[in-house]
Amino acid sequence: MINWIWLFFIVIGFVVAAANGNIEAVTKAALDGAKSGVTVCFGLISILVFWLGVMRIAEDAGLLQKIAVLLRPIVRFLFPSVPKDHPAVGYIMSNMSANILGLGNAATPMGIKAMQELQKLNPNKDVASPAMCTLLALNTASITLIPTTLIAIRMNYDSMNPAEIVGTTLLATIVSTGGAIIIDRWYRRVHSRRPPAPPPSPPQRGGEGAKREGRSRPPNSPVRTVTTSEKG
Amino acid sequence: MYAVVSLISAWAIPVIIVFIPLYAAYRKVPVYESFVDGAKDGFDTAIKIIPHLVGMMVAISIFRASGAMELMLGWMRPLLSRIGVPSEVLPLAILRPISGAGSLAFTTDLIRQFGPDSMIGRIASTVQGSTDTTLYVITVYFGAIGIRKASYALKVGLVSDLIGFIASIVVCYLVFT
Repeated sequence: MINWIWLFFIVIGFVVAAANGNIEAVTKAALDGAKSGVTVCFGLISILVFWLGVMRIAEDAGLLQKIAVLLRPIVRFLFPSVPKDHPAVGYIMSNMSANILGLGNAATPMGIKAMQELQKLNPNKDVASPAMCTLLALNTASITLIPTTLIAIRMNYDSMNPAEIVGTTLLATIVSTGGAIIIDRWYRRVHSRRPPAPPPSPPQRGGEGAKREGRSRPPNSPVRTVTTSEKG
Repeated sequence: MYAVVSLISAWAIPVIIVFIPLYAAYRKVPVYESFVDGAKDGFDTAIKIIPHLVGMMVAISIFRASGAMELMLGWMRPLLSRIGVPSEVLPLAILRPISGAGSLAFTTDLIRQFGPDSMIGRIASTVQGSTDTTLYVITVYFGAIGIRKASYALKVGLVSDLIGFIASIVVCYLVFT
């Protein structure tokens, strides 16, 4: 589906720009988009480096495992495929708490770390596992207690009550998160009823895919990153 | 409620930053070494996201700059405004899951134009605050671990965005009228 959306954006953009006699906008937009993609990633570096460091301390101290034990019932319900006491559980919970508190830049590293742990459990490294889909659904719908940015903007424009949207946001976000969990459940059931897709074996995918995978791997990837287990 | 939660938000990170190393030291973990060991994964992870994010941003940027998005919104507007949704906030339903910066700019503009305390301003604030940018979240999270097939995750994300959008409008009408 993501392939189609991507193609749709580019092809329709091209056609409309051509019809409007505005074709040079496409070149500029492509380069601007590429630049902002890199800029955003560079912005992520500092946040990721810092939080992954802090989270490693928490992991080494056994804190994440403690969280995992405490919140076992919730995880059991949302992520039945993740074994209890697995480090993924601790990261998932940290990600969810950071989201709820509106700590966006702390939530992303924890979510990525949770994904990396889930990837270790994933039998098919190219395809998202059901647990990953659930985590993603929770993040796209993200329950927010305080939409800080919005309150700031409303203050800027002299709102009588900048925080009056806290309640409505919370209600809407609870509805959409609940919806996300239900839809995710439904899709998971539909998918598990289908016969499981055969895992991609190298000869099937052809040499091209294997080559690409090799190239995408950083030259000296640390032992703990997922790339090393990709080949496992 | 707001005061309590914003107090928690302000204190959460400082407390986490102090508590985790302190507890770890108590458990005899070499805290600094442990931090550095974990932190060095951060760079690789961020770099690994670049191709995914560049690909997505280029497509979105072309789609917006070409005027295709405007066109699409123009078609949808009469269709949806018939249901009773104020047509000014409709573009948000499409912008929100695609572009975080774009939808924030659009929301800010609506607030400036109609005032933060108008129904449109309130709905836009609620929509903007209650969901995340689905395409960005998918790109970053799955990009970081090299997932190529997102399975049904995108569908779930987009449908829940739609639910969030409708819920925002309904809730705003229930609360503010």
